[in-house]
Amino acid sequence: MFALLILVPLAGLILMNLPIGAALKRLAFPLALALTVAQSLLIACPAGVAWLGGGTLDHYFNFSLGIDGLSRVLLLSVGIVVFTTLLVGRAMLVGPRRQFNFVSLMLLAMIGMNGTVMLSDLFSLYVFIEITSVSSFILIALTRGRDSLEGAFKYIILSAVATIMMLASVAVLLMVAGGTSFEVIAAALKNSPHSLIARIGMGAFVCALFIKGGLVPFHGWLPAAYSAAPAPVSIFLAGIATKASGIYALVRLATYVFPQSPAVNNVLMLVGAASIIIGAVAAVSQSDIKRLLAYSSISQVGYIILALGCGSPLAVAGAIFHLFNHAIFKSLLFVSSAAVEQRTGTTDMAQLGGLGSRMPVTSATSAIAALSTAGIPPLAGFWSKLIIIVALWQAGFHAYAVIAIGMSVLTLAYLLVMHRKVFFGNVGEALAQTREASWGLLVPAVVLAAITIGLGVAMPYVVNTFILPISRIL
Amino acid sequence: MTEAATQMLALYSIGVVSVLIAGFYCVMTTHNLIRAVIGVEILAKSVTLLLIVAGHLVGQLALAQALVITLIVIEVAVVVVAVGVVLCIHQHTKSIDSTSIRNIKG
Amino acid sequence: MISALDILLLAAMVAASVFTVMTARLLWSVLSLASTSAFLTMIMFKLNAPLAGVFELSVCAGLIPAIFISTIGLTQRLSPEALAQRRKDKLKRFFFLPVIIVLTGLVMSQVPLAVDFAMPAPAVGQDVQTVLWNSRTIDLLGQIVVLLAGAFGVAVLIKGSKND
Repeated sequence: MFALLILVPLAGLILMNLPIGAALKRLAFPLALALTVAQSLLIACPAGVAWLGGGTLDHYFNFSLGIDGLSRVLLLSVGIVVFTTLLVGRAMLVGPRRQFNFVSLMLLAMIGMNGTVMLSDLFSLYVFIEITSVSSFILIALTRGRDSLEGAFKYIILSAVATIMMLASVAVLLMVAGGTSFEVIAAALKNSPHSLIARIGMGAFVCALFIKGGLVPFHGWLPAAYSAAPAPVSIFLAGIATKASGIYALVRLATYVFPQSPAVNNVLMLVGAASIIIGAVAAVSQSDIKRLLAYSSISQVGYIILALGCGSPLAVAGAIFHLFNHAIFKSLLFVSSAAVEQRTGTTDMAQLGGLGSRMPVTSATSAIAALSTAGIPPLAGFWSKLIIIVALWQAGFHAYAVIAIGMSVLTLAYLLVMHRKVFFGNVGEALAQTREASWGLLVPAVVLAAITIGLGVAMPYVVNTFILPISRIL
Repeated sequence: MTEAATQMLALYSIGVVSVLIAGFYCVMTTHNLIRAVIGVEILAKSVTLLLIVAGHLVGQLALAQALVITLIVIEVAVVVVAVGVVLCIHQHTKSIDSTSIRNIKG
Repeated sequence: MISALDILLLAAMVAASVFTVMTARLLWSVLSLASTSAFLTMIMFKLNAPLAGVFELSVCAGLIPAIFISTIGLTQRLSPEALAQRRKDKLKRFFFLPVIIVLTGLVMSQVPLAVDFAMPAPAVGQDVQTVLWNSRTIDLLGQIVVLLAGAFGVAVLIKGSKND
């Protein structure tokens, strides 16, 4: 009954849009919120996953869906980040119509992401990635401000180019394999290991996912889209949208479908390292919080791809763990920036300062997220980075390990500078009346911070139940 | 069998790549937002052709046609959203010849 | 086997797509896009893919150009002088396109892509409806969801802007 994760949001969405009175429309927000909580809880406990695995619904519809360790991590992140985004959207978007559209689009995006991570077919993967993307386009343009429209348009065009590459790859692999399911393609690629055509197909798909995931050298659209989007949408984009489509698919294809080859791994590691360095260096010189966080996002995703390219089971497990951690701490950082934007109306660091005394909770949770991003023990981000660096070192990639460590230091530097500029120092007169953010932002901030701390402290449990199983099945 | 397939592949790959180049050229060089969307459409034409050719070559035409139908439906949704965004930009700037958005690469 | 008709249709499609990119008038560009779709439809019929062809013809040669033309009607007002200027600019900017395409065609015909993989076994006795309904149900579901998303796009971007 994995199909429930797709069908329930869809049924809810259709129900809400039936013209049977405004009462249901008012229920949209609590229902959607309950749905995200239900998904997170179901996926987090093994009994829930086992329950989802039973039943004959999937068979009835001929869906071939499945949940393994990797999908589980992603589904959990989807639940948590969409929960956060909904609450922040509730607090920050104006007008009932806009709120209703926002909730509906978030549900559509959730269908897209849930589908993406459970599928085992290359073409269906494209279909569901496209659902997520189309919802994201509209979400970015939701407030119809000029910047957000331009950001959305850039994203549409670059995303369309990525889509075309993906489809070209599907066509080529259809030719090579005679089918589009992961199994068939993996078998055919093993059969024809030296085929130029097959390589073109794989290369096109990987390139397309680099664009979708915003990796160097295809990262240009990302800061524009993240910073132009309305605050709640930035959380959604940075926290999960690009990860569940681009990065997840890359991890899935590189580990389960495409044959392991040193050439592919080298490209992945090179792109990963370039993203880490360029993202971090660009983040240092930003004056806008959201742009800084967007570049930081590129850099953190670089760690995931670098570890993926390393290819050892431990490294891939670290990559998946970092994917989850990134969803949590990057969402939390964007929630903080949303809180600052809600109370001060700006995210320009030059105009901010001394908010720590006015917004103590936001300041504290933001600090936790920043420290986790930079990899400070005992927070969760430390452990995933540690696993990645140890795996790189073990596999003999000493130079890459050194880059990973060095750029962690740089990450700490630019995030602390950001924190100091926004929350420390003296409050200017213009900001003297600033209040703490509303509960709609504080609740998700505290929840996310608690997850970051809890995961870090409960590390041995996490290693045994999540990370080792993932590395074992590889 | 393989001989004929190779000939067909050689011929149609030239066509597909030519249309792809035209589409990419359009997307990358144009100043006009609508024309950028048209460029995306041209790109979609080329992959549609590639899918059908691939299906024809390996005797999977039923599958390929099913995929093409889905692809066309998704194309429509993307075009509608893209055109909607262009219309909104036009409301703001009274122009679709915006050079501020010209640099698509960022 | 390749016939002259194959080559002719393919050449027509490429020519139509190049004209779409190069023409200065947006309207012609859209019409030319529609004819690209029409040629693609003919190729599809020639390759025994009639159902996809019908879809291509009705949606890509019918609906999508209609969307574009109404958009152009809402946005474009060009004086003849501006058009002449544009034509000149365009010629400069797009002069290289036919050259690149011809060169690519020549190179690719000299070094053709060969079938260098083990050909998979063909599927026999399947028709599109069966495939779509039985093994691609999830894609059908995806189509519904994407269309819903498109509808919200219209609600947010086009309908919403009239209300403000």
